[in-house]
Amino acid sequence: MLELQDLRVSYGAIEAVKGLSLSVPKGKIVALVGANGAGKSTTLRAISGLIKAKSGKILFEGKDITNWPAQKVVKLGISMVPEGRRVFPDLTVYENLLLGAFTRTDKAAIARDLEAVYRLFPRLEERRGQLAGTLSGGEQQMLAVGRALMSDPDLLMMDEPSLGLAPVLVQEIFALIKRINESGKTILLIEQNARAALELCDYAYVLETGVVALEGPGKELLRDDRVRKVYLGEQ
Amino acid sequence: MTWSLFWSNLANAVSLGSLYSLVAIGYTMVYGILRLVNFAHADLLMVAAYAAFYGVLVFRLPFAISVLLAIVLTAGVGVLIERRAYRPLRDSPRITAMISAIGVSFLLENLGLVLFTGRPKSFPVPGFLGASTDIAGIRVTNITFVIVFVTAILLLLLLYVIHKTKTGIAMRALARDFDTARLMGVDVDSVISLTFAIGSALAAVGGIMWALKFPQINPLMGMMPGLKCFIAAVFGGIGNVVGAVIGGFLLGVAEIMLVAFLPSVSGYRDAFAFIILIATLLFRPTGLLGEKIGEKV
Repeated sequence: MLELQDLRVSYGAIEAVKGLSLSVPKGKIVALVGANGAGKSTTLRAISGLIKAKSGKILFEGKDITNWPAQKVVKLGISMVPEGRRVFPDLTVYENLLLGAFTRTDKAAIARDLEAVYRLFPRLEERRGQLAGTLSGGEQQMLAVGRALMSDPDLLMMDEPSLGLAPVLVQEIFALIKRINESGKTILLIEQNARAALELCDYAYVLETGVVALEGPGKELLRDDRVRKVYLGEQ
Repeated sequence: MTWSLFWSNLANAVSLGSLYSLVAIGYTMVYGILRLVNFAHADLLMVAAYAAFYGVLVFRLPFAISVLLAIVLTAGVGVLIERRAYRPLRDSPRITAMISAIGVSFLLENLGLVLFTGRPKSFPVPGFLGASTDIAGIRVTNITFVIVFVTAILLLLLLYVIHKTKTGIAMRALARDFDTARLMGVDVDSVISLTFAIGSALAAVGGIMWALKFPQINPLMGMMPGLKCFIAAVFGGIGNVVGAVIGGFLLGVAEIMLVAFLPSVSGYRDAFAFIILIATLLFRPTGLLGEKIGEKV
């Protein structure tokens, strides 16, 4: 569904992604694992059109979408839950969700998806009129996910969804990702919580300083010696 | 002071406050999104007034048509200023864009001096607007009422757009976070253009009504009202539309009442606005309704 071919992205003179190739098959959960500065977030930002790729290709369902403007990428069916949630604090929960459907015009379909998001997160329906800035961290994460779903994406990208959440919420978020995936959405996930991500995903890429160091099915990587030492902290 | 004098002063004060509000909104909307003080905004009052003047007296258009054209033209000028003078500098330090804004302001003022000469022109006021009406023994010119009425309608319309439409929600989102708004599919450039169009159109209405109230126009006519409206926006809490409206009204009312109650200091009426600015910055830098904004120019 999504394919990156030799993608390179730089911030000024610093190259953050140095020739990354990967593919995300339809209906799967693919995880990008790696330390800070490995280029994970940069990769997602390049896919979503927030930053320009220096070279390489981004293909979505065979279409070359390299360096498309963000609003066209969203319209095509890729949406993102950004790192740190980034809900709009002075808009209400409802307005945040509505903004998620900004590119869509079919009112009936939007209303249907809004209902679906409220079913998934009853808490958001209770707080629909409340300013997003007044929500707890976990609720804001739900809102960020719900907002991304409102564009009815085929591919949902999530940047560190468990960051800064209490352990019990982390489990909830991972269960949720599974559910969203089972409802038919393909998922590209970034996680520092490598163990949880590898357990959840179908396939994973381990990134080191902008290139793929290792790749394989999540369960296999969990057994890999190097992964266990470096990313799971085992002796 | 007699009651009738008080009421006529009040009517005057509210209409001046309305004008300040209309123009202050443009400052505050642009600041809210770009964190830029658009100094050229003041000169749009002049652009609109001259456009209407030429429409009526040179092109012999009916008053309403030339006002409408002047508003559209001014909105276009506002959008053009953003595209040419601010957009290329969007990723530069804010002080750069501010210098660019000052430059555009000088450009418009001097262009006005060259094209229209410095000699004040008398603005054509249609008979109905120039006439007065007696209400309970108080004579008030009709334009005073029209200003308040038009402002009220435009404010309601604006609040509706900002709070109830998708584009309005996008504007408010943009004021917070460009990148995340982009992720939602918001076309940042066109929402910014629209913001400039709305702000400039309101300034145009303000400028034309200003010219109807004080029917002498000159190329520098926007400077002082523009500064005062900027002060109104800061006083109300810059970035906040309702704040700008409240700031505009309070400033207008305070100014007129100062002159009415203390005629001996009436020569300082312009200085009064700046005293308010200094006091605001000293004691409540975020203004009446302002939120905490981390960095400012």
